[in-house]
Amino acid sequence: MSIDDVDMGEVHTDDVDMEGATAPTVAARSGPGALFRRRRGASARKTVTFGDASEVSGSPPWSVTSLVTLMAVWYLIKMGEEPIVNDRTFPSQRQTLDAFIEFWSDGYRRVSLWDHTYASLNRVLKGLIYGVIVGVPVGFAMGLSNRLRGFFDPIVELLRPVPPLALLPLFIVWFGIGESAKVNLLFFAAVWIMVIAARAGVLGVKGSKVHAAYSLGANKWQILRYVILPNALPDIFTGIRVALGVCWGTLVAAELTGTTTGLGATIFAASKFFRMDIVVVAIIIIGVIGVTMDLIMRLLEARLIPWRGKG
Amino acid sequence: MKDLSVDKVGMIYELPKGGSVHALHDVSFDLEAGRLLTLLGPSGCGKTTLLNILAGFLAPTSGSVSLGGDPIDGPGQERGMVFQQGALFEWQSVAQNVAFGPRMNRRKKSETKVLVEELLGTVGLQGFGDKAIYELSGGMQQRVALARCLANDPEVMLMDEPLGALDALTREKMQGLVLKLWQETGKSIVLVTHSVEEALYLGDKLFVMAPRPGRIERVYELPFAEVGLHVDPRELKASPEFIEKREELLSLIWEMEEQIMGHEGAVL
Repeated sequence: MSIDDVDMGEVHTDDVDMEGATAPTVAARSGPGALFRRRRGASARKTVTFGDASEVSGSPPWSVTSLVTLMAVWYLIKMGEEPIVNDRTFPSQRQTLDAFIEFWSDGYRRVSLWDHTYASLNRVLKGLIYGVIVGVPVGFAMGLSNRLRGFFDPIVELLRPVPPLALLPLFIVWFGIGESAKVNLLFFAAVWIMVIAARAGVLGVKGSKVHAAYSLGANKWQILRYVILPNALPDIFTGIRVALGVCWGTLVAAELTGTTTGLGATIFAASKFFRMDIVVVAIIIIGVIGVTMDLIMRLLEARLIPWRGKG
Repeated sequence: MKDLSVDKVGMIYELPKGGSVHALHDVSFDLEAGRLLTLLGPSGCGKTTLLNILAGFLAPTSGSVSLGGDPIDGPGQERGMVFQQGALFEWQSVAQNVAFGPRMNRRKKSETKVLVEELLGTVGLQGFGDKAIYELSGGMQQRVALARCLANDPEVMLMDEPLGALDALTREKMQGLVLKLWQETGKSIVLVTHSVEEALYLGDKLFVMAPRPGRIERVYELPFAEVGLHVDPRELKASPEFIEKREELLSLIWEMEEQIMGHEGAVL
């Protein structure tokens, strides 16, 4: 470890030196930031960058630093014979790793890690897809018709702020304790986001685009299909990404009763037995799946709607 | 080819908070097929309102408009539109944009493809068919808009400040393209502009419009568009005749602006 550290330090020092040789003012100006990030091209000659959005695109080395810091803090609070945080409150890295291996090989409560994950993923995706299928047409209707806007507005505005957990008792009475109650709860979490995203997408269409299409001989259906729908796609995609996050956030509530499978159910069950190690493993798995799905969505976005933000 | 006829058109907007705006008052004219009419005037003179009535996006509160005797009561593809910018479909390629009209009309794909290639050549964009709209410069985007409008072979092309967002040099080049298209296709064009020079250079007929209420203040028959393609545009714009007309129009519009601004504006 210590040898690696020294190596890294030398590499960065070299970089700064090279920069100093070619563009002394930049090295002087960029100060300690130059350790991690060298500005290139026109960007290197900018005298002011604070408040310049094009200059802020993230910095992978800093993201690595953040993860390393997180792990270090976790290590520090669990260090020694009598750590700052005891095992009942939060597990150590070692315990978490052991719990993960145990979870991986034996499962938890006689259900394998894969089945828990699959059950949760399945519920989240179903809830999300139903949310899209219902939410997008309703959002479109609200963006296209005064009457439908008037009709749906109170429903959407009244139900949107209700936390899904508050509806759990009702959903259990209506749909039982089986799968449908869980999927419906996740659907409820997703649908309002999709309604609002789709509505924003429709309302965001430029009048001149619609007018141009009419003048080119398009009928109402063609306007909807070839102008309004593609124009709304970026907003719908943003809605899906937000809804996906909210669905994962609602998962524990959805799996509170009536099931022994699912990552949310695992968290709830493990917490009752003070298995904080299992709780943390499940949390990490949810986090990793969430990030992965968001990355997939971003790749899809770049593929399917390359025109985003370029209209 | 069909003549455009505007008969005693009036337009009054009711304001939501009460009161009303008299956007157009008793506007009448006939435009023979194949003319290039430019509409010029200070903001609020109703030139864009008039264009929108011709396009069929607005119904006048009084009077009527017709094309070749057929009343205009909605948008139609015999009246093509070219907007300032941002009216192209950025989710489609250049070729798909140009093909939009024929596609809506369910024309044969093979025929459309040939037509699109031809039109891209006409506007100087051969080889750009597969490009995305956002990859093009502002001037090239307007070339696509012109080609898209021509694809449906309209009787009249209605242009709402089509070159307004372009830089001066590109604008001058594009003015040449508009003249070229006008002379090659023989279509009628109605073009709204803020630029006195553009109105003079492109219009073989020019209306200066005045506000409150919006009306046609003066009508000019101009020689410049006819010769515009065959002489150096810079030379033409520097000719004494052109400069004289330009100064005349500028002072006319300046006067109107001062009237709008009232006394305070005059002091400034």
